[in-house]
Amino acid sequence: MNLRRLWAIVIKELRQLRRDKLTFAMIVGIPTMQLLLFGYAINMDIRNLPAAVLDQARTAQSRELVAELAQTRVLDFGYRLRTPQDLDALLRTGAISAALVIPPDFERRLIEHDRPPLQIVVDGSDQTVQQAVRQLAALPLQALLDPAAASPPANVEIVNFYNPGRRAPVNTVPGLIGVILTMTMVLFTAMALVRERERGNLEFLIATPVSPAELTVGKVLPFVGIGLLQVTLVLALGVAIFHVPIRGSLVDVYLASLIFIIASLALGVFLSTLAKSQFQAMQLAFFTFLPQILLSGFMFPYAGMPWPAQWLAEIFPMTHFMRLIRGIALRAATLADLWPELAALGVFIVVMLGIAIARTRKRLD
Amino acid sequence: MPQQPSSHPNPLPQAGEGKDNAIVARGLTRRFGKVTAVDALDLTVGRAQVYGFLGPNGSGKTTAIRMLCGLLLPSAGTIDVLGYRIPEQAEALKRRIGYMTQKFSLYDDLTVRENLEFVAAVHELDRAQTRTRVAELLERYWLRDLRDQLAGTLSGGQKQRLALAAAVLHEPELLLLDEPTSAVDPQSRREFWDSLFALTDAGTTILVSTHYMDEAERCHRLAILDHGRLVADGTPRELEDALPGQVLLVECANPRAAQNALAPLPGISAMAQIGASLRVLGSDGADLRAPIAARLREAGIAARVDPAPPNLEDVFVAATRQAPAERHA
Repeated sequence: MNLRRLWAIVIKELRQLRRDKLTFAMIVGIPTMQLLLFGYAINMDIRNLPAAVLDQARTAQSRELVAELAQTRVLDFGYRLRTPQDLDALLRTGAISAALVIPPDFERRLIEHDRPPLQIVVDGSDQTVQQAVRQLAALPLQALLDPAAASPPANVEIVNFYNPGRRAPVNTVPGLIGVILTMTMVLFTAMALVRERERGNLEFLIATPVSPAELTVGKVLPFVGIGLLQVTLVLALGVAIFHVPIRGSLVDVYLASLIFIIASLALGVFLSTLAKSQFQAMQLAFFTFLPQILLSGFMFPYAGMPWPAQWLAEIFPMTHFMRLIRGIALRAATLADLWPELAALGVFIVVMLGIAIARTRKRLD
Repeated sequence: MPQQPSSHPNPLPQAGEGKDNAIVARGLTRRFGKVTAVDALDLTVGRAQVYGFLGPNGSGKTTAIRMLCGLLLPSAGTIDVLGYRIPEQAEALKRRIGYMTQKFSLYDDLTVRENLEFVAAVHELDRAQTRTRVAELLERYWLRDLRDQLAGTLSGGQKQRLALAAAVLHEPELLLLDEPTSAVDPQSRREFWDSLFALTDAGTTILVSTHYMDEAERCHRLAILDHGRLVADGTPRELEDALPGQVLLVECANPRAAQNALAPLPGISAMAQIGASLRVLGSDGADLRAPIAARLREAGIAARVDPAPPNLEDVFVAATRQAPAERHA
């Protein structure tokens, strides 16, 4: 490894990057756009689902019940219906996501406990809607209707430790660092390395004393800096706009990010040895990106996955980074507390780079 | 996967042969699947001369050059370049050769100067050396006014001057140029060849592939490649003198009609219309003057038939014509 050559490659790469307006825009644009998208749009706290009421009892109590449920703000009762047929039509067209059905003998059922006193019909085609409405079913009906009831129904009190306001951005923003780094780091490195081959520069380079290691490290090094820049950008915007707390040490956040950046770059280097063109490199990058997003725990809880998915998730660097960054940022954990995740990332880096180096030849065949 | 070099009937390079010669290759062969791109090529290139590879597209010129600088593994054969065994010692060789690819392979999105500075660093020149050497090359190859222009915006001739400057930056002993003038106007080509002779005067050996006859004429020595095989080699003069067939010039009012009339005549290997005359190449030493004149009289075409001195194009046509027939025999 010759330092003068390595540095020359880094400088060349930075000069090219400066003239590549699209990539340059992506470095800043992707984090900003994703942060705003995920921070505002992907909000698991569901409010104001369009809903209908079919009140067949028409008593004072049934009206009171509707008013109470409306106050939870989960459902927005925009429709008052007269027949079950109306309900079918509205659900099918998607005008409403849920409907509250109060049977004619509502009050009798309440007293006799023989059949459920009311029904909430849910549009089952949307999973998040289902979950939100299921929470409503757990509402203590008796207490709702009769605050002075002798026996308060047994309900579980949920204490939310790290996100008491149950605000989604607190969970999503730290994880978003992982998403953004995966997306940009893997893609940029794989494409940057393949570009040299696709444009014919490699044929000139391999006829010079440049070694594959110098070329790879030199091309990848600028992206380490760019990755850390993106981390800073997401953290700053997350704190400024969404008031995401960073409870652990900032040094640990950056160290964990650095290790994860290197792991993503290693994956990009490995993919570049498989791809023949920049287009293929892009396809491969997206191929690894989707399962990482879905299985890492960023979108769906890891604990709820079947074991093959969990097993697969353990391979992906993003899974380990999710645990690291959420641990450090939200639970004030230290890197030492989370050493198994660091070790997993280390193994991933060594394996990916090992395969990539074994596949690299300073030849055209 | 490339095969390991196997034993070959051709003799190995003799001890000492590599000292006087820049390149000695014996039985050089490269197969891609079922296709044999280079077929048992024997090559000897002396130092400080311009050695030409002349051949049609797909004749194996690029593959041969790539094997000589260690970018491709030969399927069979031995290579000695500047005393290094290739491909085993290719890394050591790479410090002493310059390679100019067929397609422009420097960076379009770097300026002329940035490209040269990068290449200087790759060859481990220090900063002071880089500054003087880059300034020198910008001057020598008329690139000084273009130094801050992006390479991608240069014309064909300018790109080629930049590529040559990059290839000779570390003062290599051997320069391998793969069709360097394919995207260049005639004036730039002349200037380019003047630069090549300036380099050989300074002791550099140059191997250059081309499919231009006028460029081939200017080489000290020449190898004609066809379907991966060496079909002729020597100085341009030797090759012309050794042409087996007779060259005749048929001057008449309608050369196309004459060509049609002569088509069935045996003993003709090629005909080409050159302006108002027809150039006829005989396939062997037999005198064709009388049969041609007779055939044209029969066809009612008034013509003059004169012998003409053979040129390199005749040599090229004759060599690449007979090769497939030989192979099928």
